[in-house]
Amino acid sequence: MKDQLRPALAMVLFLTTLTGLIYPLTVTGLAQLFFPDQANGSLIVQDGKVLGSKLIGQYFDKSEYFWGRPSATAPFPYNAAASGGSNLGPTNPALIDAVKGRIATLRAADPGNALLIPVDLVTASGSGLDPHISPAAALYQVKRVARARDLDETIVQELVSRHTEGRQFDLLGEPRVNVLQLNLALDVLKDAVASPERSRS
Amino acid sequence: MTTNGFVQIALFFGVLLAFVKPLGWYMARVHEGKPCGLDRLLSPVERGLYRLCGVRPQEEMNWKTYTVAVLLFNWFGLLALYLLQRIQGVLPLNPQAFSAVAPDLAFNTAASFTTNTNWQAYSGESTMSYLTQMMGLTVQNFVSAATGMAILVAFIRGLARCGSQTIGNFWVDLVRSTLYILLPLAMVVALLLVGQGAVQTFDDYKTARFVQPVPYEKPVTDDNGQTSLDDEGKPKMESATALYQIVAVGPAASQVAIKHLGTNGGGFFSANAAHPFESPTPFTDFLLILAETVIAAALTYAFGVMVGDPRQGWTILAAMLTVLLVFVLGGYLAESAGNPRIATLGVDHTPSSVQPGGNMEGKEARFGIARTAIFAAATTATSTGAVDSMHDSFTPLGGLLPLFLMQFGEVILGGVGSGLYGMLVFAIIAVFIAGLMVGRTPEYLGKKIEPYEMKMASLLILIMPIVVLGLTTVASVTTAGTVSILNPGPHGLSEILYAYTSQANNNGSAFGGLNANTVFYNTTGGLAMLASRFWLAVPTLALAGALARKTLAPAGPGTLPTHTPLFAVLLIGVVLLVGGLTFVPVLALGPIVEHLLMTS
Repeated sequence: MKDQLRPALAMVLFLTTLTGLIYPLTVTGLAQLFFPDQANGSLIVQDGKVLGSKLIGQYFDKSEYFWGRPSATAPFPYNAAASGGSNLGPTNPALIDAVKGRIATLRAADPGNALLIPVDLVTASGSGLDPHISPAAALYQVKRVARARDLDETIVQELVSRHTEGRQFDLLGEPRVNVLQLNLALDVLKDAVASPERSRS
Repeated sequence: MTTNGFVQIALFFGVLLAFVKPLGWYMARVHEGKPCGLDRLLSPVERGLYRLCGVRPQEEMNWKTYTVAVLLFNWFGLLALYLLQRIQGVLPLNPQAFSAVAPDLAFNTAASFTTNTNWQAYSGESTMSYLTQMMGLTVQNFVSAATGMAILVAFIRGLARCGSQTIGNFWVDLVRSTLYILLPLAMVVALLLVGQGAVQTFDDYKTARFVQPVPYEKPVTDDNGQTSLDDEGKPKMESATALYQIVAVGPAASQVAIKHLGTNGGGFFSANAAHPFESPTPFTDFLLILAETVIAAALTYAFGVMVGDPRQGWTILAAMLTVLLVFVLGGYLAESAGNPRIATLGVDHTPSSVQPGGNMEGKEARFGIARTAIFAAATTATSTGAVDSMHDSFTPLGGLLPLFLMQFGEVILGGVGSGLYGMLVFAIIAVFIAGLMVGRTPEYLGKKIEPYEMKMASLLILIMPIVVLGLTTVASVTTAGTVSILNPGPHGLSEILYAYTSQANNNGSAFGGLNANTVFYNTTGGLAMLASRFWLAVPTLALAGALARKTLAPAGPGTLPTHTPLFAVLLIGVVLLVGGLTFVPVLALGPIVEHLLMTS
C-alpha cells in the first residue's frame, strides 16, 4: 500500500493540472480565437448597450409584444442567474392551476381569439430561459400584437415567418421562433412606421 | 408522434453504430499499449507523468494492489474536491464572490463527482466558482470516467489471460484512458459546442437591460432581513420590477463536453443540458447524446478485440441497444401523448409541423418531444444523468422509463467502463443460469464459472437494490425524508425512489422537485454513491483476479456459445428479470398508480 501512496497523491496533482487547468484554458483560448461572439454569450448589443442574448429568453406580458414560454425561475421569470424548471408533476394540482391561470391571461388579452392554445405557450420550459416558442404559438398571438400596435396583420405575420427557423439541417429538433429577436424586430418596425422621415434620412 | 421524430431516433442509432468499430478498435489499441497515432504527439506527456509520479509502467499489479491503487487515488481525489469547495471563497477565479460550500453539501458533491454520479444538490451558477468548476468538477469528470475504464480493462484482461497473477497497472490504464481517449474527444466536442453557441469565458456574469421590465412579487423583509408575515402567517408580498437580467456565463463548454463523454452528467448550470448556454441547438443536443453513448458502445467492440473475438462484443452491444431502442420508443410514445388533464382545458397538444405538442412542461421548444425522449433514455441507460428536460414533469410512464433503466444497474451501455463490467457480470450470471438448465459447469469465454465467481457476481447484483430500497424506505417514513417532497400523492414516492436509484447507480439525474440539499439527503445520498461505486469496484476486481488465474477450458459440444443472437436474448432476459423482480413492486406504488390516477 505504501508503494501506491506517492503515485496516488502525485497523480491527483498532475492530472488536476492537465485536465483542470491546461485543458479548459486551451479550449477557452481556441474558443475566444475562433468563436468570440458565441463563447461570450451571443449578446445582442445596440448602441453599446447589452439588450440580452440571442440564446436567452426574456419575459414579455404586454399586449404589443409576443410572449414566450412561461418561466419558473425565481424570484422573477427569465432570471438568467438561476436557471431551472417548475418540476411540477403531471398530476400536481399546482400545475393544472398554473396552466389554467395562463390560459385565462391569454384569453383575457385577446378576447376574440377562438383558436386552441398551443401547449408550449402554457407550459414552463426546462431551463426557464427558453428563447423560443413554436410557430403555432407565434401565430396564435399575431392578431393581438397587430391590434395592439395598430399594424396590418399581414405585416406581423410576415415578420413571424421571417423569424421562423426550421429544423436544423431540415432534420433535427423542432421549428421555432426566437421571441426576443422577433420583438426587437417589431420595435424597429414601429420606429420605422412612426417616424418615416428618420428612416428615410 | 411524427415521421420526423422516428427519423431522428433512427439517425441517432445509425450514427452511434457507425462509430462503434473505429472508436472501439482505437481504444483497444490504446489499452493494449500498441501505437495508436496520437502517441507520437502525446507519449512524451505520458512518460513525463509516469516519471513525475514515480510510476514504473512496465510493472504489473495483482488484483489487490490494483484495488488499493484505485481506492487511494479516488480517496485523495475526493479529499481534494472537498477541500477546494470549502476554501473556494479565498481562491481566485471567483468573479461572483461565492463563499465556501456548506460541509454536508461539499461532502455530497465530492462523493458525487468522484463516483462518476454527478448528482447535484446545488445550482452551479449560484454556488460554484469558476475555479471549483474547472479544477474540481471538470477534473473528476475526467478521472472518474478514466477510473471506470481502467477497471473495465483490468476485468477484460482477467477474462483474456490464463494462469496470470496480474491484471495490468492501474496508473497506466488511468493515464492512457485520460490522455489518448477522453482528452482529445473532449477538445473536439467542446469546440463544436462553442461554435453552436455554448459559452466558454472567464468574464463576469453579463448584465442586460430587459427589453420590457419584468413585474413580479417579492416577500417583504423587515429591518433585520427577516421575511415579514401577515395575519395568516403567510409571507407579505409587495410588487417589484426587475430592470436587469444578470446572465450567468463561464467556462462551460469544456466541462459540458467531458460531462457527457465521461458519462458524468453534472451541469455547469442548474438546468443542465436544457440551458441554452450548455446546449444551444438541436445539433448540440444530438452531439451530447452521441458523446454520452459512444464510448460505452465502442468499448464493447474493444472488449471483443481484446478477448480475440469481436463477435462477443457485438452480441453484448446488440442486447444493450435492443433494450435502449424499446425505452426510447416507449418514452417518445408516453410524452407525445401529453397530459390529459391539460388537454381538456382548451389546449392544442397534437404534434405537427408547427408545434412539438405532447407534454411540454419542463421541455425546451428547440428540442421538442423526440429529442427529449432520446436524451432521457440515453442519459439513464448510460450513467450520465445529464438532462435536457425536467424528468420530474414527465408523464407518469414517461418518468417510469428512465427510472427503470437505472434500476437495471446501469448496464444498458452504462457508465464509461462500469457499464460494460456490470454487463459482463450479467453475462456470467446468464451462462450460470443456462448451465443450471442443462446441468453443466458454466463457462464464459473459456473460463469455468465456479462458486467463488458466482459469490462475487451475486454480491455485485445485490448491493445496489439493498441500498436503493433500504434508503427509499427510510426516507419515506421519516419527516427528514418526506419534508423535501414537492409533488403530492404517489409522485412524492417516485421523487424519493428516483433520488436513491439515481445515486446508488451513479447516474445523477433527478426528479428535481425533491429538495435534496438537506443534511439528511446530502449524507445518505453521499454514502449511497460511495457504497455502490466502490463496493462494486472491489468484487469486480476480485473477480478479474480470479478469472486471470484460471486456465483455459477448451470449448466442448455442451458449451453455450456466447456470440449468438440466442445469447443476446438470454442476456436481455436475465437483466430484465433481475431488475424487474427487484423493482416492479415499488414502481407499482409510484409511477404506475399515478398513471392510473391521471387517466381515470
